[in-house]
This record gives sequence, C-alpha cells and structure tokens, in this order.
Amino acid sequence: MDIDGIRAMFPALAQSVHGKPLVYFDNAATSQRPECVVEKWESLVRGSNANIHRAVHKLAVDATEEYESTRDAVREYINAASREEIIFTSGTTASINLVAFSYGESFVSEGDEIIVTEAEHHSNIVPWQMLCQRKGAVLKVLGVDDGGHLKTEDLESLLTERTKLVAVTQISNVLGIKNPVKHIVNICHSAGCPVLVDGAQGIVHEKVDVRDLDCDFYAFSGHKLYAATGTGVLYGKKEWLEKMVPYQGGGEMIATVRFSGTTYAPLPEKFEAGTQNINSIPTLKPAIEFAKSLQDNEIREYRKRVFDFLYGALTSNPRVHLYGVPRGTEDKVSLFSFSVDGAHHEDLALILDKLGVAVRSGQMCAEPLMDRFGVTGMLRASLAPYNTLEEAEYFIKSLEKALGMLI
Amino acid sequence: MISLEEAKKAVVDDFSMYDEWLDKYEYLIDLGKNLDSYPEEEKTEDKLIKGCQSRVWLNSKVEEGKVFFQADSDAIITKGIISLLIGVYSGRTPEEIAGDDFGFINEIGLKENLSPTRANGLVSMIETIKALAAENCK
Repeated sequence: MDIDGIRAMFPALAQSVHGKPLVYFDNAATSQRPECVVEKWESLVRGSNANIHRAVHKLAVDATEEYESTRDAVREYINAASREEIIFTSGTTASINLVAFSYGESFVSEGDEIIVTEAEHHSNIVPWQMLCQRKGAVLKVLGVDDGGHLKTEDLESLLTERTKLVAVTQISNVLGIKNPVKHIVNICHSAGCPVLVDGAQGIVHEKVDVRDLDCDFYAFSGHKLYAATGTGVLYGKKEWLEKMVPYQGGGEMIATVRFSGTTYAPLPEKFEAGTQNINSIPTLKPAIEFAKSLQDNEIREYRKRVFDFLYGALTSNPRVHLYGVPRGTEDKVSLFSFSVDGAHHEDLALILDKLGVAVRSGQMCAEPLMDRFGVTGMLRASLAPYNTLEEAEYFIKSLEKALGMLI
Repeated sequence: MISLEEAKKAVVDDFSMYDEWLDKYEYLIDLGKNLDSYPEEEKTEDKLIKGCQSRVWLNSKVEEGKVFFQADSDAIITKGIISLLIGVYSGRTPEEIAGDDFGFINEIGLKENLSPTRANGLVSMIETIKALAAENCK
C-alpha cells in the first residue's frame, strides 16, 4: 500500500477548507476515520442495533457477537493474556478514572503515595489528585529534563514502600518522546509497585505488547487510532482487576441483585455498567486491521522521510524552540510542539487555519508541562501515516508566511 | 469625535474592502501593532478577560463622564480585535456603551471566522466592555 492508497481510504482528507486543500496535522487530538470504520459503524446502526448480552433475538445476538469479537481483536492486538483483562470504556480518560477509583478504593489509604510525571496529560494527573484528596494520599512527580526526557534516574529515590502506583505516559501528547516504559515498569516492580501506562498516543505509534511491557494497566482511546469516538480500552492484569471494587453500579455488572445485598458479575462485565457504546466499540476491529497494515516497511520509510524533513526544517529555524528533542533516531514520533520567538502560538494557528492547515495551539491539556518550559502555550503539528511530504513542505511554507505577517 | 454609529460603520466599511481572511488578519495585526502601549503595572489578574485562549488585559477609567479603555494582549490578532473594539467604544458615555448591541461584530463576520474558543474570547471582551461601562451608568 502506498501513500495515495492510504489517503484514498480517508474521505475527510480530500476536502478544502477556506478554499485551500486541507492539511490535517492535529492527529494527536483525534485521527480521521477510514471508510472501513465509517462502514462498520453505519452497518451496526442501520442493521444490527440491539442491546447486547441479554436478549435472545437475532439482532441482539449479532450485536453481542460484534462487541465481544472486538474484545478478542483488542486482546490479540495488545497481546493481553486473556479477554477478561480487556475492559471497554469511553476513552483513555475514563479508563484512568476507573483505575484511580477502583484501585484507589481497594489499595490506597492515608499517607500512601502515587507518582505521576511532569509530562502527563491532565487526564493522567487530575484523577490521581482526586484520589489523593479522597484518601489523604500524597502525589509525587517525576520530572523531565530540558530535552523532554523523563528523569528516570530519579525514579528509584522517589519510590518508597508507601508508593501504591506509578502512572506514566508512553508518549507525551506534547513532547512526542517515546518514554522507556518497560524500564520504568522494571524499576517499579523491583520496588513492589504497579504501573499504569497512558497509551493514548503510544497505541498509535508503537506496536504495543502489554505482556512484554509487563505493565499492570494500559489505557487508550479508539478515536486516535482511527476508530469511532467514545471508544476506549482499559487493559488490566487479571490479578488486579479481580481485587478491585467496581467503578459504577448498574446493569450488566451484576450477578444477583437483592435488597439484602448484590453480587457482581465476573470480569470483564464487572467494570462495564450500563449500556456500552455498542454501535462504536466494534469499529475498533477495522481500525486495528488498518493500523496493522501500517506496519509495512515501505510506509515506515516514508513516514521517516516526512519526520526527517519536518525535524530538519523546524530545528534549522533559529526562532523556533522545539520541545521534546530526540536523543537518537528512533525515540521521537512525528509530533512537533514548538514556540516561535516574537509570534504567539494562537496567531500562528489562526493564520495557518486560513491557509488550510489544521494544527493545535495552546496548553494541550498539559499545563504543568507548559510551566516546566516557561511558556503560556505551544503550537503542535502531529502527523498520521496519511500525511505526505508535500503537506509537510506546504506546512513549513505556510508557517514562514504566517511569521512574515506577524514579525 | 464621530458618533458611535459612524464609528461602527467605518469599521464595517474598512472590513468590506478585504475579500480574503488573510487580508483581514493583516488589518487586525496592523491595528494591534499600533495600539497605544498599556502600562505594565496594570497587567494584573483582575484586569485579565476570562475565556480567551490568549491573555487579554482591559482597563478602564472615567473622565468627564466618558469611559476610556486601555487594552493589551500577548497575541497580536487578539490585540487587533480588542483595539478595534476600544477604538469604537472608548471616549463614549457609559449609557451609550452599555446600551449598544455590538451587532456590527456580526456584520464583519469576525465571530464565525474565529475558532469557537476565540469566539468565546470575543464574547468575553464585549461583555467586559459592557460591564465596565454599566458600573458607571447613572
């Protein structure tokens, strides 16, 4: 499959905005959806719309089969040991909140500690702050260095016997640096502490193997991985999930309900209260198939060329400050957050928009990281495999044009 | 001084000269660059307008029954927009400002052509100007 073939699968890419061909460089916020995902969603809504698990009629059986076979597809894709370890949620945020509540209720008490990093998205900070507030626990922070790399060497001294969990992102949505999560898991496990990995960006750029990483929890969203919005996954090791109290109560998650007391369903239903996003969760199947097809060497080489061009163009401009500077050739993904001397990120984004270029500006849900680098916001270009070298060149030209207007 | 209606019409006329949004941005950038300097000591938290993606400070004083505005922003297009607003409303009576509908903003298409977060910022700017005027109405 070549780049034209990939682009042809995404109808949204062919449009013009403000009279200019769309250059969509906001993929870290959400990706576009390929035709196969749209078709799956449409066929479920039109043809197989029924609530899952309980009813015996044909539509319910079809819908249940679609939903549960998605669980198998996700299990296989991230190499989880069993399907009971795959919980469907509405997204990464919901997955992390689930752990913060259920693990927190079961294992965290006053004076215990949770460690997050300075590179986290608010979604991997705030749920832990809320947990700490609820329990009287302490939130500790692992810093990043000037290049945007985690100060992993400080982790051992941060870990104590009161540390109950370490929450770390695989790839920061601002820095684009691939964090050494396997190494981090090793360090934490040596100290007897479990690890949650925020895989919102990681699942898009890495071939994830949760058993190889040996992480205890792994959270991601479907919508950044080409699936429908409102789809998320929480992987959790069975030994933890079984010991955790349910997050929400309601339908599906119960075994028996009596006013004298209720017993809960086994995994994974224990954590899937209420009607799930049954029309959208199955779009993860074609999305995963599409993501698999991108492992192709030719596509990887092309993506590397686009990366090299953008990295070279941005770092050769003395006005540009790039946040998240790679140390090697393989430790940064095509996600470039930067600021420009003399030009505000919001002005740049507004002008780029009128030139057809969609980029993100602002704090990117990572205020602590903005403070760390002493900026009020950044501009971010985040690419997907359907983005071309020509688009990257046009983006750089447009950026120069915008700078010409502003400076 | 020209009347409020004339001032608004002048802005609408200026904007209608440009077909392209980039030209309109150039115009706003120029306005922003030429805005009178804002005192550093007035860049305080209470002068910040809430709801803008960039930081916008708005200060007002009343002299001889007229409200005068000063403003600044760290983003130049936003600074151009606030400059445009205070260019129209500064030096008018509180009643005139608080009683105006600010409808000319819709005529120049500013709201639709800014991102929703920015449109919110624009709405916040207008509301703050109105509120500062209303404080001084008799």
